Amino acid sequence: MALTRLSQDPFRVTIERILSPTEALVNGRPMILAGTNNYLGLTFDPQCIEAAVQAVREQGTGTTGSRMANGSFGGHLALEQELAEFFGRRWCSVFSTGYLANLGVIAALTGPGDVILIDADCHASIYDGCRMSGAEVIRFRHNDTADLHKRLRRLGKRCANTLIIVEGLYSMLGDRAALAEIAAAKREYGAYLLVDEAHSLGVLGERGRGLSEEAGVEDSVDFIVGTFSKSLGATGGFCVSDHPEVDLARYVSRPYIFTASPCPSVIASTRVALHKLQAEPELRVRLWNNARRLYDGLKGLGFSLGPEPSPIIAARFGEKEETIVFWNGLLDQGVYVNMILPPAAPDGGSLLRCSVSAAHTSEQVDRICEAFASVKMALSL
Amino acid sequence: MAPYETILPQLYEILKPFAQDGQTLSDETELVADLDLDSMKVMEILLEVEERFDISIPLNVIPDVRTIRDFARQIEQLTEHHS
Repeated sequence: MALTRLSQDPFRVTIERILSPTEALVNGRPMILAGTNNYLGLTFDPQCIEAAVQAVREQGTGTTGSRMANGSFGGHLALEQELAEFFGRRWCSVFSTGYLANLGVIAALTGPGDVILIDADCHASIYDGCRMSGAEVIRFRHNDTADLHKRLRRLGKRCANTLIIVEGLYSMLGDRAALAEIAAAKREYGAYLLVDEAHSLGVLGERGRGLSEEAGVEDSVDFIVGTFSKSLGATGGFCVSDHPEVDLARYVSRPYIFTASPCPSVIASTRVALHKLQAEPELRVRLWNNARRLYDGLKGLGFSLGPEPSPIIAARFGEKEETIVFWNGLLDQGVYVNMILPPAAPDGGSLLRCSVSAAHTSEQVDRICEAFASVKMALSL
Repeated sequence: MAPYETILPQLYEILKPFAQDGQTLSDETELVADLDLDSMKVMEILLEVEERFDISIPLNVIPDVRTIRDFARQIEQLTEHHS
């Protein structure tokens, strides 16, 4: 197999020791982490850590079961209340991971006889949730609102039973959904709209509520799904909405019922991180300064990037083998990024995807650019 | 509704560029086994078929499509629903 002949297995990299939100020891040497989705850099925040430690001491290491069977801890309910307030919505349900949030929400909201219209570049968790729902699943071309209109027109009266699903920021190229136009289409045809703000929570919008806020269409978005595992630095997921179905989903959602609820330390650090996301807008400023610095730097080096600066910055490569060799070259230079190979990347190509953090220093961002330049020169690309 | 007999030749026309050298397409030709289509090519073909017949093909029906005949029958049903 080309992968293992050319490289160590990129899907089995061992982080021997994590040193900070942006540094680790890999293969015995220090590495700048540029592929973590740790957008606000809160994983080592002293207050988040202290809250988690205190929760472990007071409430133990785990809940050892489902909320349906074992009951909800006070922290679960408090976090749901705080998320609902943050988004200005009536209802919130918390799930054990972001993946489970999409599975649980999509499969609970839709069923046989319904239609789900998804952007072709949606995350695997959305595809899996669609499959689990039993609804009819139709893809529209990535961010192509004309194609979305066409498919809504074809559905006719069935639009009333149609859920459109898009993402705030797409995880492969870091591009935004054309949400103002998509929300307008949703209103025109009378469908429902779910936005997965996994990568845009804490990243977009004046208050960090995501693309729905930035695009000024929160009123048209029926359901927002998000995760704790990126900007909030922990693990878990949620859905907020004004529709009571999100609360009722607890009774029918297998991914909510048949798994252990988030442990107290995760809930505790997430609550502090959510507070910081709101109280420290300077984190977002630092994140975007770093994002623009890296985007401009890599663009200046001649790499083909996504359409706009974003904390997700992916360099496109044509050949898989070239991508693998380049990724290894970056590791040798002390920079860790994500390698995306076909068919995971859009258009059948390969990507080396960076994500920047508010915790990166300008010097680290420059080092990432230097590593890309150095490997590019060594490979005569 | 587009009848099966009119769908089939149009489907051959769309699939012809994906045929191997010298390969003759029939309604029994298997899309993955005979044409060696990967998931990216399947998606490309789906988009073209959707445009040609002004239909949306649900992802749910794809596992049931093995041969060109299966594909044409699905298109027939979808155009029926749409008309």
